[in-house]
Amino acid sequence: MAEYSAFNLLRNAISGHKDWRRAWRDPEPKKQYDVIIVGAGGHGLASAFYLAKNHGIRNIAVLEKGYLGGGNTGRNTTIVRSNYMLEENAHFYEKSLQLWEQLSQELNFNVMFSQRGVTNLAHSDNQMDAFARRGNTMRMNGIDAELLDRAQVRREMPYLDFSDNARFPIYGGLKQPRGGTARHDAVAWGLARGADRLGVDIIQNCEVIGFKQKGNRITAVETSRGEIGCERIGFAVAGHTGHLAAKLGMKLPIESHVLQAFVSEPLKTLIDTVVTYGAGHFYVSQSDKGGLVFGGDIDMYNSYAQRGNTPMIEHVVSAGLAMIPSLSRLRILRHWGGIMDMSMDGSPIIGKSPIDNLYLNCGWCYGGFKATPGSGWVFAHTIANDQPHAINAGLTLDRFERGRMVDERGAGPYPNRH
Amino acid sequence: MIFNRRFDQPFRLAEGGEIDRLAPVSFRFDGKTYQGYLGDTLASALLANGVRLVGRSFKYHRPRGIYSAGPEEPNALVELRTGGRHEPNTRATMIELFAGLDARSQNRWPNLLLDVMQLNALLSPVFVAGFYYKTFMGMPGWRFYEHFIRKAAGMGSGTTLSDPDSYDKMHTHCDVLVIGGGPAGIAAALAAGRSGARVMLLEESDALGGRLRSERRNLNGEPAMRWVRGAAAALEALDTVTVMTRTTGFGYYDGNVIAAVERISDHLATPPEHAVRQRLWHIRAGRVVIAAGATERPLVFTGNDRPGVMLASAARTYVNRFAVQPGKAAVVFANNDDCYQTALDLHRAGIEVQAVVDSRPDGHGAAKQQAETAGIECVTGAAVIASHGYLGLNSVDIAPISADGLTVTGPVWQLSCDLLAISGGWSPNVHLHSHAGGRPVYDPGIAAFIPGPSRQAERSAGAGAGTLGLADCLRQGAEVGAEAATLLGFTPPAIEIPTSDEPATGPLKALWRVPGPGKKYVDLQDDVTSSDVELAHREGYISVEHLKRYTTLGMGTDQGKTSNMNGHAIMAEERGDSIEDVGTTMFRPPYNPISLGAIAGRDIGMHFSPTRRSAMHDWHAENGAVFVEAGQWMRPQIYRRDGESDVKADMDRAISREVTETRGGVGMVDVSTLGKIDIQGPDSAEFLNRLYINGWKTLPVGRARYGLMLREDGIVFDDGTTSRVGENRYFMTTTTANAGPVMSHMEEYLQVHWPELNVKVVSVTEQWAAMALAGPKSRDVLAAAVEGLDVSNEALPFMGVRETRIAGVKARVFRISFSGELAYEINVPADHGRAVWERVMAVGAEHGIIPYGTEAMAIMRIEKGHVAGGELDGRTTADDLGLGRMSSSKKEYIGRRMADREGFLDPARPKFVGLVPVDGKSRARVGSVLVADNTMQPPVPMLGHISSSAYLSPTLGHPISLGLVEGGMSRVGETVWAMFPLRDEAIEVRIVDPVFYDKDGERLHA
Amino acid sequence: MIRINCPYCGLRGHDEFSYIGDATKQRPASPADATAAEWHDFVYIRDNPRGPHQEIWQHIQGCRAFVRVLRNTLTHEVLATGLPQDDLLAGASGPAKTEEAKTGEAS
Repeated sequence: MAEYSAFNLLRNAISGHKDWRRAWRDPEPKKQYDVIIVGAGGHGLASAFYLAKNHGIRNIAVLEKGYLGGGNTGRNTTIVRSNYMLEENAHFYEKSLQLWEQLSQELNFNVMFSQRGVTNLAHSDNQMDAFARRGNTMRMNGIDAELLDRAQVRREMPYLDFSDNARFPIYGGLKQPRGGTARHDAVAWGLARGADRLGVDIIQNCEVIGFKQKGNRITAVETSRGEIGCERIGFAVAGHTGHLAAKLGMKLPIESHVLQAFVSEPLKTLIDTVVTYGAGHFYVSQSDKGGLVFGGDIDMYNSYAQRGNTPMIEHVVSAGLAMIPSLSRLRILRHWGGIMDMSMDGSPIIGKSPIDNLYLNCGWCYGGFKATPGSGWVFAHTIANDQPHAINAGLTLDRFERGRMVDERGAGPYPNRH
Repeated sequence: MIFNRRFDQPFRLAEGGEIDRLAPVSFRFDGKTYQGYLGDTLASALLANGVRLVGRSFKYHRPRGIYSAGPEEPNALVELRTGGRHEPNTRATMIELFAGLDARSQNRWPNLLLDVMQLNALLSPVFVAGFYYKTFMGMPGWRFYEHFIRKAAGMGSGTTLSDPDSYDKMHTHCDVLVIGGGPAGIAAALAAGRSGARVMLLEESDALGGRLRSERRNLNGEPAMRWVRGAAAALEALDTVTVMTRTTGFGYYDGNVIAAVERISDHLATPPEHAVRQRLWHIRAGRVVIAAGATERPLVFTGNDRPGVMLASAARTYVNRFAVQPGKAAVVFANNDDCYQTALDLHRAGIEVQAVVDSRPDGHGAAKQQAETAGIECVTGAAVIASHGYLGLNSVDIAPISADGLTVTGPVWQLSCDLLAISGGWSPNVHLHSHAGGRPVYDPGIAAFIPGPSRQAERSAGAGAGTLGLADCLRQGAEVGAEAATLLGFTPPAIEIPTSDEPATGPLKALWRVPGPGKKYVDLQDDVTSSDVELAHREGYISVEHLKRYTTLGMGTDQGKTSNMNGHAIMAEERGDSIEDVGTTMFRPPYNPISLGAIAGRDIGMHFSPTRRSAMHDWHAENGAVFVEAGQWMRPQIYRRDGESDVKADMDRAISREVTETRGGVGMVDVSTLGKIDIQGPDSAEFLNRLYINGWKTLPVGRARYGLMLREDGIVFDDGTTSRVGENRYFMTTTTANAGPVMSHMEEYLQVHWPELNVKVVSVTEQWAAMALAGPKSRDVLAAAVEGLDVSNEALPFMGVRETRIAGVKARVFRISFSGELAYEINVPADHGRAVWERVMAVGAEHGIIPYGTEAMAIMRIEKGHVAGGELDGRTTADDLGLGRMSSSKKEYIGRRMADREGFLDPARPKFVGLVPVDGKSRARVGSVLVADNTMQPPVPMLGHISSSAYLSPTLGHPISLGLVEGGMSRVGETVWAMFPLRDEAIEVRIVDPVFYDKDGERLHA
Repeated sequence: MIRINCPYCGLRGHDEFSYIGDATKQRPASPADATAAEWHDFVYIRDNPRGPHQEIWQHIQGCRAFVRVLRNTLTHEVLATGLPQDDLLAGASGPAKTEEAKTGEAS
């Protein structure tokens, strides 16, 4: 019988909830692990989970500087989608979406994956054309997509600005019905519990300070809780990859930037989908608790501070009110920042590194959350087999040298423009 | 005056308070009309009318009343106003009463008294922290369960109506910014202000005074508010001091910039004419004094949430400031000396104080003595362990507790009461300090976090710094204010600190959980109980961030102001760690929720982005133009003729007409939107040579050349023509979309990478109006328009550039063509754009000239096989677009060395081609994907896509397209399928040369 | 608001500027002689330090000058500003190095 179920919830309700086990242990680090994953965010935990589950490796540690899920996993706007055009991204994100569809059952932890649809609005013929290309490509790849005209968008989202006062009128939109949202913290907790139950040691408050190397290999990790040996090691510390790689003298095609996110006071359901503005950078959905969760562009400058500034806040909110004027009297409850690994082509890097037994999972830009299970799945495969899976083979570190960028926005080697 | 009975205010005291008894105000709550006074808040007016039940809690829909008298209010949230001004989740304690105010309770159905959702409370043993993570995983899936959960969740309702009010943004500088107009803030502003420093003092409420407005205190032997009014007058008299009330400093950002919102009209029914509702202030301060006060904490005991249970400080506020009795019979329960002052104030207001329950083993000194002298029963070493009452408090259970606060040690007794005033101590408002990068530290003396070392130019003073005594607040305020001025180079004179009559107080003794069974609310709004915190601990969610996220502690609209400290302390007890080690969650801006409207200001609706119009815009509008957005620009898409509407058939007819008449005669299009850059200096040719892939050293004066530029990574960036208009002067055009980026790109190379080049560039996009005159008769029209210029093919050949005059205006004429016709581009100073345009149209009339729009322009461009936005998508190379032959191998240019990487040379890269439907009539849409076979199942290998389409080429009589396909021109003659699964379309297309029209350029050169 | 001292215009909010990127990346002086690795390094590779970072901003809504800024990426504190060719870490003399701390502009 599954540990988490309606039945067990009722049984515990009667006994005062005294019998629930810890969701994950708090182990002391062992001397040596087969695999060390640095970073207990969604990606690191998913990597450990799938290493244990799919590849039978159980002697794994996930090292976390602070508390698990405390980085971008718990700071994002929780959007899940696979509406990518380029081959290298499309199959990867679609795999991830398929994993999302079974994740709650797989983990026996409700991650509240809500397939409420994701619609990108278009505000010009050119944008409609670009969306048509993307949507058609998705469909040819077997990914769901629908092209909505203005009337269809209006039927689904009457609260958008269809008045003559809209600076950029809505022409239509590209919708992915299977897209949606998930409860971000629950993803980290569910994966942590799942990995823990498979024997993975999740070691919190354990900061990586340095590495011991022999030849072109890392033999051990020096941490705030002592030295820990490893056969293989994977980085899943998006936002801080550059900083960690620097300890190995390694430089990457990545800049760290701060991305702000916002939540409003809770409301009765007003927005029943995920919708993004096409004439500015703004995306919004409503959490199950009722808060409107929204975000926009990164603040544009390199940053490791988990807080941003007012110009971008004002810009994002303006775009929001340009899209949905009736939000004007609602109030922002909180805003915060997360640190993004902005890669040079806007796509992630997930694969081998120049060091033999080091694997990189980084460069997620704005898009890491939706990739969580897929990232863990392919990263586990890559670590276990010492080579990428077919679906992350295009997302290698050496693609820049080879001139095989995966530039979904066509923005070029300017990390803050992706 | 005769009032209807219902206008009685049965809980209003006969005298006292800051209310204006000569100004009665009627208002509505849940459809009933009541009366209060100007100076009331909605909360105080409701209490005056005996309304105790005001809201329902988030999860269990427990009846809730008014808990506080300030921004920390967790319970009394209402929907305020109606229509487009509807505002959910508005704190009754912060709403200043105005005539006609209409408020409704929220999160209940069908009404507040009989909320059926309170059935949730019966299920509360199941609805513990995180219950939803443990269930709802099975069929029919989360989307099904979610539907019901979302119906129950949320607090107030939003609206779909637009806000009729407007908002402003302000930017200002000051030397010393003081945030908070209580005693410490006033003293700080006085001290800094008298030094001559520019001082701003922000106060959230409608007047200065802070807690002094709510307390019976004397300063210099007089009521403290007299001193406050004197200080306010003194500040008013200082030229360099600005006092802003109804203004909340809500966020502390980089560069010592504080964001504040000023509520100009929220205390009125509607904003006065031409006035805004709120203003967002960005204040750039030299130094900041944070005098933001402290927030009283509740005590965590069973039933601590009933209407009638209230923070002790709030009870004092209601009796002293508003002259309202929050109840008739009171019990006061605290772990500090606040209880005695509260009891005295309530007693003085005619409320029967049944008992003071002090959880400390022994009461303390003067305060207790005063209370006892007044005949109030004071019990020490005891606690209120439960409350009773269905929709409001009617009695409490009291019992002695052990010295460690963990167990009940004696018999329980009950007291009837309808008011229970509680105090668990005070938590300094360290939010702004924390936003500024400071890390608060735990002070066991007051059992709360106080500001730590500052990271920006700020320092806290008064209760916000953990200084709780009035005399100390005043002294510290003056000291910190003076220090701020001194650090900025001012010399503050000493200011006189008034003497206070406050009694000495004894220390608080922390009591985080009162013993006893039952639900003890930690976070009242989100119904987080102490057992939820215990469960979180049991399950390993022991970091404060996990605790917050797992239980939702502190995630309500009150941001945990009354709950976080208690919750974190309970977790510390569970963990057996110190509160210091357990720490506190990050304080995120804003300090109080801020309306989105204020943050967006004027940049909404049509003002979201500037609208750019060419100099000829009005002419277009007067002549039937249908405009379309092109970035910020508005461009004529087509010109309608009389009787035509914007139905598709009419649009198509207009487009065809414009193409046909231009190709057959002459037409003119407004191309003012193209980016234009003036390039001057002796190294200009060298600069262009490095920018563009083709060579520029040989271009003579008076000639134009088409150029293509790459990004540094070898991908095509932009194209356009550049003309040599003087020995060391060039005139560049860019695409409309890239006008800004190309300009910055050029400036970057000149200033950062090649400072040795003597070149100056300036954008002149706005300075020149530009029009393209195209068609076989364009020369005749031009000849008639220009003054003294030979426009013959010999004198002005293809790619020739000349200066002339048209309509008396200096003009540049470029013989360049986008349409593929004999064509000229005319540039004139923008101020004369319309005059010149009209002159050309006038002289062209006899040749049948027509204006044409962007649609006809695009079709002619596709017919001619020119690349444009659809092809320049940021991923294509010069080779991909068939433009590789332009590259000069004799020189270095931006992007050259990155364009020979393996991926760029891959023969599988899709390349530029033309496409026509095999059946000669089907329209292959832009965005179609090209595949080998229309019968394959996904995933289908893709060969390329259609980047531009003319759904009907009027010139060729059938649809044509441009696209990129694997193999490119080597596949001319082959057929592929253009798939558009989004519309269920599949069209067989033949690959052809992309130049559909006049391949040899005879018309261009004619 | 990060506040940047433009050498020409004085202290301005960063919303007047456009962020360009890492100032330490030197474009190969002799493009033909630079190796593929050098080009790759220039175009794609970033030190991305946690702490002081030399970077280029363009005062795009002001004088359009490119400004070199030494800024702490952990705190957003601007430590110095100068012209693009100035080495701010070496304390090279720019015409307008800021003295943020003195004027209380430290972030």
